[in-house]
Amino acid sequence: MRLYAAVAAGGFRRHSTYRVATAAGIFTNTVFGFVLAFTFIALWDERPNLGGYDKPEALAFVWIGQALLATCGLMGGGGFAEELIERIKTGDIAIDLYRPADLQLWWLAADLGRAAFELVGRGIVPMAVGAFAFDLALPDAAWQWPAFLGSVALGVVVGFAIWFLVALSAFWLMDGAGVVQIAWLCGLFFSGMLLPLTVFPGALGDVARVLPWASMLQVPADVFLGKYTGWGLLKAYGFQAGWAVVLLAAGRGLQLVARRRVVVQGG
Amino acid sequence: MGAGARLGSGLAAFRMIAAMWIRSTMAYRFSFAMTLLANFVVTFFDFVVILLMFSHVEGLGGFDFTEVAFLYGATSTAFGLADLALGQVSRIGRRVRDGTLDTLLVRPAPVLAQVAADRFALRRLGRVTQGLFVLVWALVLVDVDWTVLKVCVVPVMVLSGGVIFGAVMVAGAAFQFWARDAAEVVNSFTYGGNTLLQYPPTIFAKDLVRGVTFVLPLAFVNWLPALYVLDRPYPVDLPFSPSLTAFLPPLVAALCALLAGLCWRAGLRAYRSTGS
Repeated sequence: MRLYAAVAAGGFRRHSTYRVATAAGIFTNTVFGFVLAFTFIALWDERPNLGGYDKPEALAFVWIGQALLATCGLMGGGGFAEELIERIKTGDIAIDLYRPADLQLWWLAADLGRAAFELVGRGIVPMAVGAFAFDLALPDAAWQWPAFLGSVALGVVVGFAIWFLVALSAFWLMDGAGVVQIAWLCGLFFSGMLLPLTVFPGALGDVARVLPWASMLQVPADVFLGKYTGWGLLKAYGFQAGWAVVLLAAGRGLQLVARRRVVVQGG
Repeated sequence: MGAGARLGSGLAAFRMIAAMWIRSTMAYRFSFAMTLLANFVVTFFDFVVILLMFSHVEGLGGFDFTEVAFLYGATSTAFGLADLALGQVSRIGRRVRDGTLDTLLVRPAPVLAQVAADRFALRRLGRVTQGLFVLVWALVLVDVDWTVLKVCVVPVMVLSGGVIFGAVMVAGAAFQFWARDAAEVVNSFTYGGNTLLQYPPTIFAKDLVRGVTFVLPLAFVNWLPALYVLDRPYPVDLPFSPSLTAFLPPLVAALCALLAGLCWRAGLRAYRSTGS
């Protein structure tokens, strides 16, 4: 346990050293936040209460999305998937596999450390800029903040579990680029990043709201906006935790199979 | 060597390296097919968002669906063309960081051509195809009194738009010679600009529209020429009449390309190897 805590702390410290990249990320998130916010304003001007949100709530949704984009790995799993795929491609994975640490837990710990840094480093500033420039719906009650953080933490684990599966596919496909792109697309679309899932019509909306990606943005955002209270909040957590367990177990299974069939690349 | 000959040798080098990467990509056929499909679908999903929006509303900022689709198709095609030819220059920061840029400097071919063709991604055709698809579809549906001039504006708009986006990409890459890890800043102007231009200018704050008209001339990619085709007023005051402004994109594109070239040279001259 102490080992994984150290790995997580290392993940946090490692990402905190990329200062220019963090500043660049904040800038980009802010620019996209502005573009999206204006499109949402136009949309909610035409249809107030679309998807059950009023305009300040819809705008808060935009900026929560920008704040969580890096944290939950909505676009590329914070680079860890790319790194793991590269290790599988070059054969360095063989070294990881005979280390006295579990592959999945090691990367999970590192990713949690990264996510914690990105939430602080890349989440707060865009959210503050958004709140300054637009009228956002912020939580009324103090308990909503820790409730939101809990939901984000679960979202990060689900995001990790998905990207871990994606990365392990490289054992079979060698070049992970295609799967990475499809995962990236699903992360963007089915998380609610482009448009809240409550706005999706009919069956598409029903399906999108129960897919794992919903736990990476839609659920944390709804917790932030106070849409879940009491049992509803527990159910929301249960939904996220359920997906986390299922996907982590799938990753574990895939890891065992990969371990047995691994033919190390490179030389 | 004259400028013409230099351009020729640059294009020849680009073609050679790109052909090599296409051959290498084809070694992983399944992965290539997936990435091509993914590229088509990724950009298509962009459009799905607009479709979803229009499933709830009749118009956005006073523009109806076909008009927004026209704006979308124009910028997506232009961006796709630039991304196909020059998208890889955004990787320059990594090369500066790990020192592999030095290898390119000693080769007898223009560095920009080498960087642009490096890991040439044919899968990006997916984006161009999708953009063209929407553009043609919108052109068929949109309600416009076509004149010869308006017909001419459309292809010129797409090609000039591609050059403008390409110039932004090259200038952004040049910027990375100084700020190595700042690749993402460039994304906010390229991808962010593309997203911005998919929507009508009327929904954005006037200052933002002024910024992308007079400072970073992204408005010339599609907004100005497309609004002329659609016979709609531009939300901010312009120094020239709309019909004249609609024909400025090639000029603006040439100017952007020139400036981007100068930035690239300055950047390359400022380059110091990491030595590691």
